[in-house]
Amino acid sequence: MLLIYCPYCDVERAETEFHCGGEAHIARPSDPSQTSEEEWVEFLYMRSNTKGVAAERWRHIHGCGRFFNAVRDTVSDKFLKFYKAGETMPDLEKISKEAGK
Amino acid sequence: MSQPFRTEKGGRIDRNEQLTFTFDGEQMQGHKGDTLASALLANGVHLVGRSFKYHRPRGIISSGSEEPNALVGIYRNGDQTPNLRATQVELYQGLEAISQNRFPSLGFDIGAINDLMSPLFPAGFYYKTFMWPKSFWDRVYEPVIRAAAGLGKPPKKPDHDFYGNLYAHCDVLVAGSGPSGLAAALAAAETGAKVILCDEQAEFGGSLLSENSASVDGKEPADWVAVTLARLGAMDNVTLLPRTTAFGYFAHNYVALAERITDHIANPDPKLPRERLWQVRAKEVVIAAGAIERPLVFPENDRPGILLADAGRTYLNRYGVKVGHKVLVATASDSAWQAAFDMADHGVEVAAIVDLRETPPKNLMAIAEARGIRVEAGCVVTGTLGRKRVKAALLGRLMTSGQVASGGQVECDALLMSGGWTPTVSLYSQSRGKVVWDGDKGAFVPGKSVQHERSTGASKGLYGLQATLEDGYAAGENAAKAATGKSAKIAYSTATGGEASNGGTLGALPHDRNASRVKAFVDYQNDVTAKDVKLAVREGMHSIEHIKRYTTTGMATDQGRLSNMNALKIASGALDRPLTDVGLTTFRQPFTPTTFGLFAGVSRGDFFDPVRKTPSHDWVVENGGVFEDVGQWKRTWYFPKNGEDMHAAVARECKIARESVGLFDASTLGKIEVVGPDAAEFLERMYTNPWKKLATGRCRYGLLLNDAGFITDDGVIGRLAEGRFHVTTTTGGAPSVFARMEDYLQTEWPDLDVWITSTTEQYAVAAVQGPKAREVIAPFIEGIDLSAENLPHMSVREGTFCGVPCRLFRISFTGELGFEINVSRRHGKMMWETLAKEIEKHSGTAYGTETMHVLRAEKGYIIVGQDTDGTVTPQDAGMTWAIGKKKLDFVGKRGLERPDLKADGRPQFVGLLTTDPKVKLEEGAQVTVAENPATGTSAEGHVTSSYYSPALDRTIALAMVKNGQALEGKTLYVPMPEGSIPVEVTGTVFYDKEGARINV
Ligand SMILES: [Zn+2]
Repeated sequence: MLLIYCPYCDVERAETEFHCGGEAHIARPSDPSQTSEEEWVEFLYMRSNTKGVAAERWRHIHGCGRFFNAVRDTVSDKFLKFYKAGETMPDLEKISKEAGK
Repeated sequence: MSQPFRTEKGGRIDRNEQLTFTFDGEQMQGHKGDTLASALLANGVHLVGRSFKYHRPRGIISSGSEEPNALVGIYRNGDQTPNLRATQVELYQGLEAISQNRFPSLGFDIGAINDLMSPLFPAGFYYKTFMWPKSFWDRVYEPVIRAAAGLGKPPKKPDHDFYGNLYAHCDVLVAGSGPSGLAAALAAAETGAKVILCDEQAEFGGSLLSENSASVDGKEPADWVAVTLARLGAMDNVTLLPRTTAFGYFAHNYVALAERITDHIANPDPKLPRERLWQVRAKEVVIAAGAIERPLVFPENDRPGILLADAGRTYLNRYGVKVGHKVLVATASDSAWQAAFDMADHGVEVAAIVDLRETPPKNLMAIAEARGIRVEAGCVVTGTLGRKRVKAALLGRLMTSGQVASGGQVECDALLMSGGWTPTVSLYSQSRGKVVWDGDKGAFVPGKSVQHERSTGASKGLYGLQATLEDGYAAGENAAKAATGKSAKIAYSTATGGEASNGGTLGALPHDRNASRVKAFVDYQNDVTAKDVKLAVREGMHSIEHIKRYTTTGMATDQGRLSNMNALKIASGALDRPLTDVGLTTFRQPFTPTTFGLFAGVSRGDFFDPVRKTPSHDWVVENGGVFEDVGQWKRTWYFPKNGEDMHAAVARECKIARESVGLFDASTLGKIEVVGPDAAEFLERMYTNPWKKLATGRCRYGLLLNDAGFITDDGVIGRLAEGRFHVTTTTGGAPSVFARMEDYLQTEWPDLDVWITSTTEQYAVAAVQGPKAREVIAPFIEGIDLSAENLPHMSVREGTFCGVPCRLFRISFTGELGFEINVSRRHGKMMWETLAKEIEKHSGTAYGTETMHVLRAEKGYIIVGQDTDGTVTPQDAGMTWAIGKKKLDFVGKRGLERPDLKADGRPQFVGLLTTDPKVKLEEGAQVTVAENPATGTSAEGHVTSSYYSPALDRTIALAMVKNGQALEGKTLYVPMPEGSIPVEVTGTVFYDKEGARINV
C-alpha cells in the first residue's frame, strides 16, 4: 500500500484514503468546438502510459477531497514530487535524472 | 517410559510437563516446548504423510517453516485446519493431528500405485494427458483429477474463530531473531528508536537455541538470548512479537505480519483472536531471515528418516530428540559434521560421515577420528533402501574420471544430509530488490536496496557467529540512524566458536544407478525429480519461469526455498548455460501460507459490506415487503399480500397506483446541493440542458453525458433560489456524479464560485404517485399552495410536513400526478408511517422497485444503466429534446459531433410489442431481421427492458435497435431456443401518450 502525501492537508496517509485520477496535465480544451477530430480524440483517449517517471492526478477522497498532482516512478512506485492542482508541470526528465534513473 | 527417541537430558523442553496428543488417532506423549514434529520424532514416528503425485511415504525433513512433507490437519472444536506444517505446530495437551493425502490409511495407501505407474506421469503430464477426447473433460478427467489432487481437506464449517487487525508505525522493523536480528534490534533500540522485532517461531533466538558448541560473552548462546531479550523487554520503545511471520513486504516499507495468538494454547480464552494481522509502516527494515540448508539430490532421497543435517541437530539440541539410533551423515559442507559430533556426544551411533569433498577440513577429520567416527571422503550417497523408513544407504566413490564406483552399503535408521546453505532472500525479493549471484558463496544474495531496508547475517550469505553478531549490530545502528538520525554506542557481545561453514554443492549428485529408473527428488512437496527438470529442458522450456510452471518445481508452500537452487543448477547443466543466465524465479507474498481469516479480519457476515437501509425499512419488514440489493442499499422490491407471488403483487401495485395512489421510498436517489453565484453556470456546463433561465421554484429533467458524448446519468434538478439547486442522480450514480462534479470544478473550472455537497443521506424521500396523491399529502403540508395553478408539474417548493421543514417536488416517474417529499433523514420514519397510514383511506398501496420499473417503462422513461450501456447518445435514446441547442459548450457536446456518433446505423431506443400479447421477452435477448437468421448473422440490437403491463394487460418491451426509430410498424424477430418470437417495432411510450394524466 502506497504512502501518499497530500499537499493541502500537509500529511502522509495510506493509499486507501486516496483515489488515482490518471495522467495529469491533460487540460480540457477551453473551446472544444474549435478542436479538430484528432485533437479531441487525443484529449479523450490518448494517454502516455509511461513506464518510468510520470505525473498523475490524485484526490484525497477520504480526507480534504482536493485534487493534487504527484510525480511517481511507475516501475518502483516511488513518489518523487507532490504539488497542488494548478501548479505548472515539473520537468519530468530533470526529476528522473535527479532520482538516478 | 514412552518416547524412545528422547534424550536423557538437555533441550529446551519442559521435561516436568508431559502432554498427551494423538496422531491419526494413536495416543502419544510429548513435552511442553515440543513442536508436533519433535514430539512425533521422540516417539520414533518419521512417516507423516504421502507425497502429492506418487503418494510416496514421506517423513519430516526440516525443523522450520520450509517443511515440504510434514503437512498435517489439526482438529479443534469439531473442525480441522489442513496443511499446517508439523514443524511449526506447537504441542498442547489434547492436540489432535491427522496425516493427509492418503487413503485409506497412512501405512497402506491405494494412491501409492501412482509410484509404480510413474512413467505415465512425467513432467507436464497435466498438459499432455487430459486433452482428448473433449467429452472426457467434464465426466472423466475432472472428477479423477479432483479426487486425486490437493493436499489436506478444506474445513467444512464457517470459521468459528475471529481475527484481529492492527496498524503500527515504527522506526525500525527487524524480521528474524537469530544472532544478527537480536543484535540489530538491540543496537537500534538503544538509540531510542521505536523497534518492532518479530520472529515466526515461538521462541526468539533462531539458530542460537540449538547451538551448544559456541559461547557469547562466555555464556551458553541460549543464555545470551535470554539476557538480550530481558534487556529488550525492559525498553518501552520495543515491541516483541514471537509467533509472528513477516509474510509480505510491499511498497513504501509497508510490511504485513501474521501473529498467531491462540493456535498453541490448549484452551484459549474465547475473547482472544486466533491471529492478528499487523500492518506495519516501518521507516527502516532490517531483514534477518537467516539461511536454510539445502537437501542433497540423490536417488531415493525422500525416504522417511532422511532429514536435513541442521534439522537433526536442532531436534537433538533444542528439543532433546534423537532422529535415529544409527545415523548416517551425507554432506558437502562443514556444518553437517557438527551434527554428527553432537549425535555422537549424545550416544547416537554415527554410521559414517560421507563427504562429497575429496579432502574435508583437517580439523573436522581430527575431531571425527577422536570420536571414532568413520569418514568417507570423496563419496556420495547413490541410493537408499527401506519403504516407510530408511534402512540403509548405498555409497558411491567419486572417480577422477567423473564416474561413480560402488562404495558398498551402510545400514542406518536415519540419514542427515547437507548440500550447504541458501540465504533466505524472500523478503528482500518481495521488496523488489534484485538478487545477485555470489560465486564464492555459491548463492544468490541481496543486491542494491530498492526500499529502506538492509539484510543482515545469514540472509545476505554471511556466516559465522561472531561475524553475524557484528553485522547485526551494525545493521541496527545504521537503520536507527537512517530512521531517526540518532545513534548510540553500545558494547558488542563477542562470540567464540560457531565458525562459518564452508563447502556446499548444487544440483543432482552423480551416481552409478540406472538413471531412467531412479527418482532423485528436487521438490519434495510437488514430487519433482531431477529427471523431470531435464525432461522439461528437452521439451523446449528454456526459461526457469517456464521450467517452474511445466514441472511445478518451486511451486510448493515454501516457494522453492528448499528446491530452487538445485533445480536451477540441473536446468543450467541441461541447457549448458551458466546458472546466472537461467534466472531465478521471483519470491512473492506471502512468505509462508497465510489463512484467509487473517486477510478477512472482521470483514465477515454483517461486516463484509455496509448495509444501507432506508427510513421505511422497519415498516417494510413489519409489512412483509421483499427486499432487493441495489449496491449496498436494501430497497423494497414488492409487497406481497395474502400469499401473492411477485407477478400478482406487482400487477396489483401498478393498478392501484394508476387508479388511486401509491407510496414509494425514493430515499436512495443521489442528492447533491449545488450552491453559489455560479451555480447555474456550473450546471449549464455539466448537463446537456439549459439552466440559466430556469425560474426559481421550477424543476427540469437533467441529462449528464461524459465528454465522449455518452449518457452517464440523469435526474431531476430543482432551483430553490438564484444560487441554489437541488440535484438528484440515479441511486447507483450518486458517488460518481459527485466525484465528476468535483473533478471539473476543481481542475477545469476553478474560477467558478460554486460549492457542492452530497446530501443523499441527509434527506429521506417519499414519492406519492397517483390521481389521489394531492389529497394524500394535503393534510400534512403547510406553507405550500398545492393547487395545479400554483404548483404545476415540474415545480419545487419549501414548506413543512407535519411541522418539519420539507422540500416538496411535484414530479413524476410514473406518468401520474406525483409528489416527492424530502425531509431531514431523522424525520423519514415519521413521514413514511404517516403517509402509509393516510393512503389506506384512499385504498392506496405502498409499492416497490419492480412496480416503479413497470410504471416508468409504460411511459418509456429510460433507466440509465439498464436501457443505456455507456455507448448511448441522447440521439440514440430519442432525447435530443434534452439538449440545450443554443449552448456553446457542455460536457459531451463536442463528443456528440464525432462522425461515428452522428453516423447512420446507430442503435436507437424503441418499443417492442410481441405479436402474442402473453409472450414476455427476455431482457438481453437479441433482435434480428430474419425469423431464423443463419449462424453468424449480427443482431440488429437487443431487448433492454421487458415487463407485463397491467395498464395495457399485455407485455411490453424496450430495446436498442439499429436505425430503430425508422422501423416503427415493421416486424422484427427475437430468436430464442424455443423458436423465434415476432415483434412489432413501436414508439417508446405505451400509456397515456398525450401525458394528460400528469398535468392535473
Ligand atoms: Zn488532503
